Amino acid sequence: MSEDTPQRPDERQVPKVGVDSWVATHAQRVEGTRLQAELARIPRPAFYAGFAVFAALLPAFTSSGYIVRVGFDTLLYMLLALGLNIVVGYAGLLDLGYVAFYGFGAYAYAMLASPKFGLHWDTLAVIPVVVIASAILGFLVALPSRRLLGDYLAIVTLFFGQLFVVVMQNGESVSFLGLTKHYDLTGGPNGIVDIDNWNLGGLHVGSVQGYYYCALITFMLALTAMYLVDTSRTGRAWKSLREDPLAAELMGMPVNRLKLIAFACGAAIAGLTGTLFAALNTTVFAINFDVSTSLIIVYAVLLLGGAGSIGGVILGAIVVNVSLEVLRDPNHSTWLFYILIVGVLVAKIRPWRVLAGILVATVAIGYALRGICAAAWPRGMQGEPVVGGALGSWVNGWVIHPATPQTIANVCFVLLVVAVLGLTLLHGWQRLVALPPTLYLAAFVWNNRLAVEPSVTRLILVGVILIVLMNARPQGLLGTARVEIA
Amino acid sequence: MNWHLFVTELVTGITHGCVYALIALGYSMVYGILKLLNFAHGDVYMVGSYIGYGWITVFGGSFAMHANVVLLLVLMFTSAMLGGGLLGVVIERFAYRRLRNAPRIAPLITALGVAFFLENAAQLIVGAQQQQYNPYGWLTTPIAVKGWFLPSHVLVSYAHAIIIVGTIVLMVALTWFVQRTQTGKAMRATSYDREAAAMMGIDVDRVIVVTFFIGSALAGAAGVFNGIEYSQVFPLMGFQAGLFAFTAAVVGGIGNLPGSVAGGLLIGLAESFATGYVSSTFQQAVVFVILIAVMLARPSGLFGRAAVQKV
Repeated sequence: MSEDTPQRPDERQVPKVGVDSWVATHAQRVEGTRLQAELARIPRPAFYAGFAVFAALLPAFTSSGYIVRVGFDTLLYMLLALGLNIVVGYAGLLDLGYVAFYGFGAYAYAMLASPKFGLHWDTLAVIPVVVIASAILGFLVALPSRRLLGDYLAIVTLFFGQLFVVVMQNGESVSFLGLTKHYDLTGGPNGIVDIDNWNLGGLHVGSVQGYYYCALITFMLALTAMYLVDTSRTGRAWKSLREDPLAAELMGMPVNRLKLIAFACGAAIAGLTGTLFAALNTTVFAINFDVSTSLIIVYAVLLLGGAGSIGGVILGAIVVNVSLEVLRDPNHSTWLFYILIVGVLVAKIRPWRVLAGILVATVAIGYALRGICAAAWPRGMQGEPVVGGALGSWVNGWVIHPATPQTIANVCFVLLVVAVLGLTLLHGWQRLVALPPTLYLAAFVWNNRLAVEPSVTRLILVGVILIVLMNARPQGLLGTARVEIA
Repeated sequence: MNWHLFVTELVTGITHGCVYALIALGYSMVYGILKLLNFAHGDVYMVGSYIGYGWITVFGGSFAMHANVVLLLVLMFTSAMLGGGLLGVVIERFAYRRLRNAPRIAPLITALGVAFFLENAAQLIVGAQQQQYNPYGWLTTPIAVKGWFLPSHVLVSYAHAIIIVGTIVLMVALTWFVQRTQTGKAMRATSYDREAAAMMGIDVDRVIVVTFFIGSALAGAAGVFNGIEYSQVFPLMGFQAGLFAFTAAVVGGIGNLPGSVAGGLLIGLAESFATGYVSSTFQQAVVFVILIAVMLARPSGLFGRAAVQKV
């Protein structure tokens, strides 16, 4: 029977049942290079193990406490992003109060292991308490909003995060409904100081290296758990919830319960991370957990790596945190800034002759403007360059440094934003012509203003990363592209 | 009962409520059409406030003003509304437009990124410190202190009067625009069903641009209102105001314009009574409780209709 079935002339490789044909063909079309295909064949755990080995060797390579400290902070971001990945990456719920759980964990550890209340619990006892309490808190926060659309959840959690900071900052005299006397719970703006080190059943952790390894072990345990959850029943249910809550509900999934579990799990990991933070810093202040800065950085970590991807969490945390550290120093950040610009140009502009032409034109504009300045506007040459280093000095050679650059550089910053936005509207030769002046403007603003204020510049760049990333590659570096079927 | 305190808080509450209502309208309009939570909206309000502040600086700074009050106010409002509106349009064009059909979370994160960028760019340009918005020297006393006294010695300052009258004027204008003009009709149709509106020949892109312009212009005006009442501006002022205004929009029923105004007044009054009778540190807690209570009792807001999700 089967042999005489005529072959249909238009028959092709049809996708398997259960895969949307459009999605499947889309995946085929974007199939990457041979290298990517080979990399995809290596099992994921091998990558994670490789990362663990490399990370474990880091303190052996360097004697610098600073580098180990940066590594510790990076691990904290990885842990935080791993927890956020459950809520945002898997379940698709926008949790904007996430750092409050982190702060809750830190404060809880501080209260149970510091002279504040005279409690000095063993860390092995504190951790389960903190993790369970954070999970319950997450559960309670998600409870009123579980039936609401994602956007309402975002606003409720954002409010919760704000409120957490306010409560911690004003918790130095709390009385129950005005009936009891006033107790000092959180130390208010002075925070809680003198927090104990981790004490694992008699084993005291005292050094940065020690905390680094504690954080690494915690992270690897959490990562293993997440790897197992990823393809488990609950993990698959979360992902289907993310893709289409209505369809998930129709398939009989307990949507509300899944949302609550996702929230509680995310909060538990954040609380656990908080204990590490409090123990290494030995102090906690409400301001450490403010919604804008810390939250945005954790989101940047998660989204840069790719929401829903475990490897992306590692990559995102390394890229974001190391870049933010590098940006603290004007000389280092100058390298980063120009390498980034040239990197984008190399990726976007072909052939290389055009690219070289653009770079030469930019430098030429610089020398021309210096010449004009020397003749007509002597004040424009009297400024002291801020950035140094090999690259910095070379750039200083062709960029103007006015005597008091603040006002003019501020105006140029606004112009630069307008110019970059304008560039996205131009095409072909117009864009190529407009590029050199824009690049020169960027160099001018960087040398005169942005490099001067590293603390603000870092945060501006985080904002820019989020906007550009979401517009150019919403799935992040390692995430899988989602196809929206309207 | 202390009437003085009560009436004072009532006046402050209504004034703040007007500012929140103006910001909430922008949230609500954008949400109604794009189903997008525009987190950057609070920062448009901040930028509007700074544009107004620019005119104060041009005319000699807070402490040595030499300008006609009426002229100055007109300049401040027109430029803040125009500037805010243009900023809103630019944000929509460059940050949100490509993401219209992306997964819901992408535009939300972009909005957070835009808000973060605006806050920090403002810190770079004008500095993080608070600036005096007080136009001293126009009338020997600032308009936030001069005014009429109600019985029981409650001050209704010129600033309060300007805010309340200005808000009423803007709202009447907005209502007229949305209800009576062709573009307003197109806006209502688009918010009802974007695809169907596009099929009926409505230029949806243009409607969205107009919506962003109007909503952001209202936020710009609110920024100036807030400046002349509080007498100060700082780069992070948009965050909390945006949060409260968004709560106002949710409480009133998001997408519903009269609801946003009512929600704004409710939040303003709640905030000011909480400050007067409880403590200023707990105003956020009070607003949060209102938000939770409304969401539990009427998830679609006090004035909103329950949305039926069609598949």
